[in-house]
Amino acid sequence: MPGDLKREAIAIAVVTGALILVLPLIIGTYTLTVLAVYGMLGLSLGLIWGFGGILCFGQAAFFGLGAYAYAISAINIGESTIPMLLAVLVPAVFAVLLGAMMFYGRLNDVYLGVITLVVTLILFKVINSTAGPQYMIGNARLGGFNGIPGFQTLNVPGKPDAYIWGDSYFYVCAVLLGFVYLLVTVLLRSSFGRIAVGIRENEVRMSLMGYDVRARKTVMFAIGAAIAGLAGGLFANWAEIVTPNLFSLSQSAEIIIWCIVGGLGTRLGPVLGAAGLAYLKFLLGQQALVDNALVTGLILVLFVLLLPKGVVPALSGLWRVSVGRRPPGRIRRRRRSRHRERLHG
Amino acid sequence: MAEVALETQGLTMRFGGVVAANRVDFKLRARELRCLIGPNGAGKSTFFKCITGLQSPTEGEVYMRGVETTGWMPHQIASLGVGMKTQTPNVMDSLSVHENIWLAARRFHDSREADHKTQEIIDLLALGAIARDDLGRLAHGERQRVELGLVAVGDPWLILLDEPAAGLGAEEVERMTAIIHVLNRQAALVIVEHDMQFIRSIAQTVTVFHQGKVLIEDHVDRVMSDPVVRNVYLGKKS
Repeated sequence: MPGDLKREAIAIAVVTGALILVLPLIIGTYTLTVLAVYGMLGLSLGLIWGFGGILCFGQAAFFGLGAYAYAISAINIGESTIPMLLAVLVPAVFAVLLGAMMFYGRLNDVYLGVITLVVTLILFKVINSTAGPQYMIGNARLGGFNGIPGFQTLNVPGKPDAYIWGDSYFYVCAVLLGFVYLLVTVLLRSSFGRIAVGIRENEVRMSLMGYDVRARKTVMFAIGAAIAGLAGGLFANWAEIVTPNLFSLSQSAEIIIWCIVGGLGTRLGPVLGAAGLAYLKFLLGQQALVDNALVTGLILVLFVLLLPKGVVPALSGLWRVSVGRRPPGRIRRRRRSRHRERLHG
Repeated sequence: MAEVALETQGLTMRFGGVVAANRVDFKLRARELRCLIGPNGAGKSTFFKCITGLQSPTEGEVYMRGVETTGWMPHQIASLGVGMKTQTPNVMDSLSVHENIWLAARRFHDSREADHKTQEIIDLLALGAIARDDLGRLAHGERQRVELGLVAVGDPWLILLDEPAAGLGAEEVERMTAIIHVLNRQAALVIVEHDMQFIRSIAQTVTVFHQGKVLIEDHVDRVMSDPVVRNVYLGKKS
């Protein structure tokens, strides 16, 4: 198993490196940066929904909280290292509280969706109504629907004047995406990840085996929120402004669509779905003939009807079928390993 | 006196106006094998659910090895070393047989030891040929056996089986009987069953439930010949 993991870690590093070198030749790094950020946001929901079985309609809440936590603390501190950490921590702590309330209250699927959705809308409303000058956190004016502009953007840790922007900021985001992807891989191979998948499959059975489902789901929920928060912090740096729209319903819905289109239950699917659909939205934004939301909706409907499992599972299925000699080889290998196990047993 | 594995005192479970279990006093010694029978709706499954924490009883107490576990969560009770097979197969369908059993083993052992225990159980239950298959694709009898494996791999000292022989063929029932005897060397068992032949082949003492109450508790032969039991249960069946 550890050998496998090493190979996969190398593969992730190589693919990330290659993409960082190749993609800027095709698409501008400014756009690529936000695609990487969205990829990370997609991955956060892909983890808790696809593997943890927690359908969260409010992943945008953690994204927005991360962005606001960064912006507010960056204005107060004037250096970006601690704000970046807060962008991860604040949503994670919020998710622990919200998750504990939901999971210890024995709320299941539909109610979970409703509550996460409502929490997102409440945050949207609250932030929207903070336009007056009396709404300050330290030196930061919350600014209501206008959002918060003009905060310190990412700098080299410890050097507030050495800004990281442009191409180098893209490298930072892409490398972080690769790193988070690796962390998710490690997590899913660990006992915690395997048990989480077991809980997705059958909560009653897992609790009859002696696992505390509530605690484990809360932790999983918080990990997803931490990743979404990191993406939010990075997004704030890219946009150089945070607005209540980060908490909007359409943002939440988009994340879910990314996951469905890319493929639930895979790590790669949500990342590709996010980057692909966000790029499509970017291209569509340059013309006025068809409406953006219409196309996204059409894509969702077509996928649900024709490719309900999403792009990545469909492609990997195709790969298995078309590279014909693989299945027999697999069976042979399996038999041999079984034989080995018997010898050892 | 042998140690008491499980005891309930005045266990009562009401759903609105319906009394599913009514003042049940039940006692099970360590490594005893007990069968519960009774017509549908007699309260057997409710009794099980109250013991394992899937439902918490309206009144009464549950003790396990002398520890009061009334109102505990299922995972807390399972962590004591209590295993349960529910009436309908309750497994992780999209995971492999090996992964299913491994997850159960991992609760009580570290990762490597869990691998080892999983292999032991797979050999014991003769699941080797299907160990890598997804559980959802297997036949009913195989799924029943895997679920028994999930329960057994945790080395429980109390095992509750809700209809382990339901829907099994004659050969599978025989295999199930053998497995139950192996489990009984380590653990006390309570088995809910309808299959009388199966009960005769495994049980000494049988408890009969009727309308939420314990009707009679005696040796299997005396229970089977009891006219009241025949009337409420066996008579209706034929």
